[in-house]
Amino acid sequence: MTINKVANGKDLIISLAGRLDTTTAPQLDDELKGSLAGVEKLEFDFSKLEYISSAGLRVLLSAQKVMNKQGSMVIKNVSEEINEIFEVTGFVDILTIE
Amino acid sequence: MKEIVLDAKVENLPQLLSIIDEELEKAECSMKGQMQIDVAVEEIFVNVASYAYEDKSGSCTIEVDTDPANSYVTITFIDEGIPYNPLAKEDPDVTLSAEEREIGGLGIFIVKKSMDKTSYERKDGKNIFSMGYSWA
Repeated sequence: MTINKVANGKDLIISLAGRLDTTTAPQLDDELKGSLAGVEKLEFDFSKLEYISSAGLRVLLSAQKVMNKQGSMVIKNVSEEINEIFEVTGFVDILTIE
Repeated sequence: MKEIVLDAKVENLPQLLSIIDEELEKAECSMKGQMQIDVAVEEIFVNVASYAYEDKSGSCTIEVDTDPANSYVTITFIDEGIPYNPLAKEDPDVTLSAEEREIGGLGIFIVKKSMDKTSYERKDGKNIFSMGYSWA
């Protein structure tokens, strides 16, 4: 998985490419822990994300909890397959998917 | 049927998934099916790798039985670790808000929801977990 970050003031855009799974989720978790301070608008771009498992969902859930306190979080360009995982798990109601 | 025997270690997950994907591609499984199966395989294998043998090491046998004519696959996981029935775990409440949600228990729930059939038995000192999926 590759993580691409673009910060602009209090906005942060994170684009993910590849697989967000048990082996790569800790990478994203570490990246978020080091970069969310002061961010008010977090945007994920999933256009190149191919796969997500529950390990990835856990990281998204903790990011959502952080952003609920300090601003907002949206996820853009979600594929049909990944959206299906969000639906099954009720994450469609927790996350803001555009 | 394809039989794969691996050390029950999380780092073997990519190798396992690539073998399974190869089998699914040969059987002309849909992309959506492959992803749902991969997610389920990951959840079960990581569970075995994390808990079955506690601090000791052990192996996990994975049987992949594709039935292209019926667009169906059965995948069975066998380990000799401590007795553990993943299906006995209570489902998380998926209607709760982000604040109320717990960070765990989602994996097996995804497996139950996305697979067409799941079963578990403890036999001869082995955990045998099986799941079936139809992409028809």
